[in-house]
Amino acid sequence: MKSFKIPKPPDDTIKDILLFLLENKKVSSIFALSKMHNNNYAYTLITNKELLNNITPTYPLMPANAGKMISRLTMIEAVKSPVAVVLRPCELRALFELVKLEQAKLDNLLFVSFTCGGVFPIKTKKDGLENKLEKYWENVKTGEDLQELRECCRICENFVPDNADIILQLAGNDINNETSVLIKTEKGAGFLKGMSDQFNEESLESTSLDIIRKKRKEKKQKTFADLKTEDFGIEGLINIFGRCINCHACSKACPACYCKLCYFESADNESDPSTFEIELKKRKALRIPADTVFYHLGRLTHIGFTCVGCGMCSDVCPTNIPIGTIFTKVSERIQKAFEYTPGKDLEEKVPMAIFEMKELEDVED
Amino acid sequence: MEENTLPEIIGFLCKWCSSAGADLAGVSRLKMPASLIPIRVMCSSRVDPVFVLKAFLGGADGVLVAGCHPGDCHYQSGNYYTRRRFALTKKIFEELGLDTNRIRLSWISASEGRRFVNVVTEFTENLKKIGKNPIETEVFL
Repeated sequence: MKSFKIPKPPDDTIKDILLFLLENKKVSSIFALSKMHNNNYAYTLITNKELLNNITPTYPLMPANAGKMISRLTMIEAVKSPVAVVLRPCELRALFELVKLEQAKLDNLLFVSFTCGGVFPIKTKKDGLENKLEKYWENVKTGEDLQELRECCRICENFVPDNADIILQLAGNDINNETSVLIKTEKGAGFLKGMSDQFNEESLESTSLDIIRKKRKEKKQKTFADLKTEDFGIEGLINIFGRCINCHACSKACPACYCKLCYFESADNESDPSTFEIELKKRKALRIPADTVFYHLGRLTHIGFTCVGCGMCSDVCPTNIPIGTIFTKVSERIQKAFEYTPGKDLEEKVPMAIFEMKELEDVED
Repeated sequence: MEENTLPEIIGFLCKWCSSAGADLAGVSRLKMPASLIPIRVMCSSRVDPVFVLKAFLGGADGVLVAGCHPGDCHYQSGNYYTRRRFALTKKIFEELGLDTNRIRLSWISASEGRRFVNVVTEFTENLKKIGKNPIETEVFL
């Protein structure tokens, strides 16, 4: 794979690339994480190149899943002129899933991504993320586990953005003074034509990535085993989801939850007085709000195939339920059973949308 | 479960096959336990996994989804989707330690009145062995 090096840290490298694309009119706008006034971070669409100075694409924070945000932009129609999109691997996978579900369009989008070291929970921002950054970047280089990160990031094995057009090597690399930029696709090469004339040959995979992957995998196996979801039963489910306040923030933040009118927010799921009466007759008492276990199990049936394990749900949960970890685990098992990898290949159909004439004989009779 | 109490089964029966099969069992005066509460759906693929969950968490002892045999769907391919959804539901039950013996997917055609009786009887017997669904009296769901 062709690559070139820029003697700058990753954020400045991305700025250089984006500035080149904007100045040469190769793209009309930029989608990236930006530092806003008063030290907040948010995804932004930018056309003014002065404002490019504000972007911080590798800042370890994910205020929203960019895949879902791009789906908002392209749901009705593809963007008309090229946009360079900087996002993390799980966000790109989420976007690919949304394209398959006809919730987004990829035309005219150029994807810049990087081997990801994970992000801090959104709530970390308040108590000073800045003083944790030095340790973070050190760990990105070595692949050591960092306890303060999102749990989903700590156990993520898919931190290489296979589907991006341009990929920056971060994880496992010394990036203080130099960042190497890999051109993954023809499309990426077309956009970057004229930016550099000094190309090297570099492979995306390396032993240092393998080492990180191995560490994350071990961590994942341990985390999954500790969850003991197989022993939950109804009692365990009530223990875990009993804290749920039914705010539905997890579904709002989830890129795989795309329904405009959610079943769980529809009139179908409202209870009239007679329902309460019937329930009370049976149970003699009732938790209010009711149906929290039902909501989470139901959501699992809806997104089990497409969950990319980004961890937004855990992040936004006001009662700190480890939804992301549980959903990632169960979804991974489901996806394995159906031999499906979400967000990998656009041609690979979502398992819910296809079937084989002869299959799954053990569930029917 | 006590000898004389019947389990409650919520059955989602496809209109074209399984529900017609149930009717045939009726007009043929075949005997079976009165444990099934039938809900007729236009196609078994109308059954969203949340329906199964709702019935299960509502305290049903068993949930039956029944449709046309593979290849015989009135809408050509509905029941193939049903099978995938059911496999998904079952997988989630397995992964979360819920009892997969309480949910069942059966293919029953319109001419199989006898098979309908067998499925209901067998499912009822199995559920009797497992006992009442403890969720029925669970308060903090």
